[in-house]
Amino acid sequence: MSKLRTLSDKVWDRHVVRSAEDEPDLLYVDMHLVHEVTSPQAFDGLRMAGRTVRRPDLTIATMDHNVPTTTIDVADPISAKQMEVLAANCREFGIELFAVGDPDQGIVHIIGPELGLSQPGTTIVCGDSHTSTHGAFGALAFGIGTSEVEHVLATQTLPQPRPRTMAVNVENVLSDGVTAKDLVLAIIGLIGTGGGMGHVIEYRGEGIRALSMEGRMTVCNMSIEAGAKAGMVAPDDATFAYLEGRRYAPKGPRWAAAVEEWKSLATDPGAAFDKEVSLDASAVTPYVSWGTNPAQVVPIGDVVPDPESFDQPSAREAAERALAYMGLTAGTPLREVGVDTVFIGSCTNARIEDLRAAAAVLEGRRVDPSVRALVVPGSGRVKAQAEKEGLDQVFSAAGFEWRNPGCSMCLAMNPDKLAPGERAASTSNRNFEGRQGRGGRTHLVSPAVAAATAVAGHFAAPGDLS
Amino acid sequence: MEAVRIVTGTAVPLDRSDVDTDQIIPSDWLKQVERTGFGKGLFSEWRDDRDFVMNQPEHAGATILIAGPNFGTGSSREHAVWALMDYGFRAVVSPRFGDIFRNNCTKTGLLPVQVDERTGRALLDAVAADPGLEITIDVERRTLSAPAAGIEAVFPLDPFTQHRLLEGLDDIGLTMQHSDAIEVHEKERAAWLPKVETPAR
Ligand code: SF4
Repeated sequence: MSKLRTLSDKVWDRHVVRSAEDEPDLLYVDMHLVHEVTSPQAFDGLRMAGRTVRRPDLTIATMDHNVPTTTIDVADPISAKQMEVLAANCREFGIELFAVGDPDQGIVHIIGPELGLSQPGTTIVCGDSHTSTHGAFGALAFGIGTSEVEHVLATQTLPQPRPRTMAVNVENVLSDGVTAKDLVLAIIGLIGTGGGMGHVIEYRGEGIRALSMEGRMTVCNMSIEAGAKAGMVAPDDATFAYLEGRRYAPKGPRWAAAVEEWKSLATDPGAAFDKEVSLDASAVTPYVSWGTNPAQVVPIGDVVPDPESFDQPSAREAAERALAYMGLTAGTPLREVGVDTVFIGSCTNARIEDLRAAAAVLEGRRVDPSVRALVVPGSGRVKAQAEKEGLDQVFSAAGFEWRNPGCSMCLAMNPDKLAPGERAASTSNRNFEGRQGRGGRTHLVSPAVAAATAVAGHFAAPGDLS
Repeated sequence: MEAVRIVTGTAVPLDRSDVDTDQIIPSDWLKQVERTGFGKGLFSEWRDDRDFVMNQPEHAGATILIAGPNFGTGSSREHAVWALMDYGFRAVVSPRFGDIFRNNCTKTGLLPVQVDERTGRALLDAVAADPGLEITIDVERRTLSAPAAGIEAVFPLDPFTQHRLLEGLDDIGLTMQHSDAIEVHEKERAAWLPKVETPAR
């Protein structure tokens, strides 16, 4: 009898090309996703060494990080150059590219699943930390740096030490009006920004099984905010139903063979994890971040915490610095904090389900006149689907700007930025200093809370609106 | 990558936790398509503040950066490592590093030196008290020492990475020596695994 294994062990084992004592395993990569920002130096490296791309058929590219979302013409010459360089590299090395204007263009972590490329049991890498998103399908998916991008292009493998495993058990299910985003913020608040370091997290339990694929993607997406190498969910019927019929999903008899395989991936009952934590989903309420790292979160009904309430001196200092940067006073109820901008978008929360949740709140309501509000669909497909359902009309009628797909204000590489001191409710994943524009103040929330906040002009849950 | 055996020099004490790669190199700087010239962007938002520790003349010429826990978290941007090296740093010391940042360091030749929180604190205090304090990091012995402050620590470094750093080896070249094993794996891959259409070149 072989030993009991976890989901991530099983995926790992079937991708080891070579292992040797005192060396990291050489791991095969099933799918490599490429975008314009972290790849140019990697392609340069290949050219300088006279190397080629080993498997262009296991590689796709898209433009997302610095594309404009108002027009398809790129006004910024430096951004334009970066996109041209990606297009030229894809031509030179024979890689399929979803360029601006292509119906399948979009944020790399949104289009992978849409195209059916993110499949259970596969290894997926990308020069982007939120690659963990694809783990929602039971893939082992992680972000890499540019030197590693070059390594994968050249060899379709990566030397990697076997990561440790961590189980996050989510007991019970979320209450109505509480979403996957609130759940993952609660998890990060519980385990901290370093809580997952060196580990692959497997999200388990009733609360995870009850989530849609979109919700699971939102949870896995933010694994990196807890420091984890990757996040995973065991594939089940919801996974198979999402994938069936998608462009690159297996077809015909291959589909049945694949599903058979996928069913065997779940963690063996009794297999041990290196670390385990549990959380009661039924106790989670909508969450809002108050600080400058994603573990600095509280339920929306709480007040801005007092730095003195933290035991660790480093946490106390971090909280003091965060409050100064955020322009907040300890003890202020979050519901009394006003916002200038509301951003609905990013690879965390710009899938169709997210837009539906926000539109449901906005139906028949208006954005507060003091608030600038924009919604940036995650991909061309999401945008088209939303328009088919008339969601764009709901957003526009409420006073939101309806944009083209891209990363946009998630990282402020394109013209969508916060001004210094501006405060935003954002459905993205990082509230770091300056992330959404120099001096900008970011609060992370779910799409439903973002929509309610836009209407109220201050932090609000949908239930607060009259 | 150039070989790294010993780093000796003075340090900058960056007494903050959770310094993410967005702080190390803000996204404005990521539009460059080259690998060089990122030193100017290093901590660019903080450096506008004259009191920021890196702007203090007594820390000019430092080759070691000492930071609080969770250094290099967040975005995968290797530009963060390029910026630190372009500015002149050869080693970064922290009680905990972001995983991707740490990998990026060892691929590029910047030493990530992980110490326990007590040692990290002692180093920050010692350098704040004496900016001229000399620190030596020895890759072969995996030690960090600052004799004048009575600090001596061993840091973790797996044998493979240590070997690569000491010899300045190209990772891709090493992997290519195993192309037979890669081919064997490729022959055994399941038929249903996705392949994309590739455009004609
Ligand atoms: S949406 Fe934000 S987090 Fe996601 S890939 Fe784009 S920049 Fe990164």
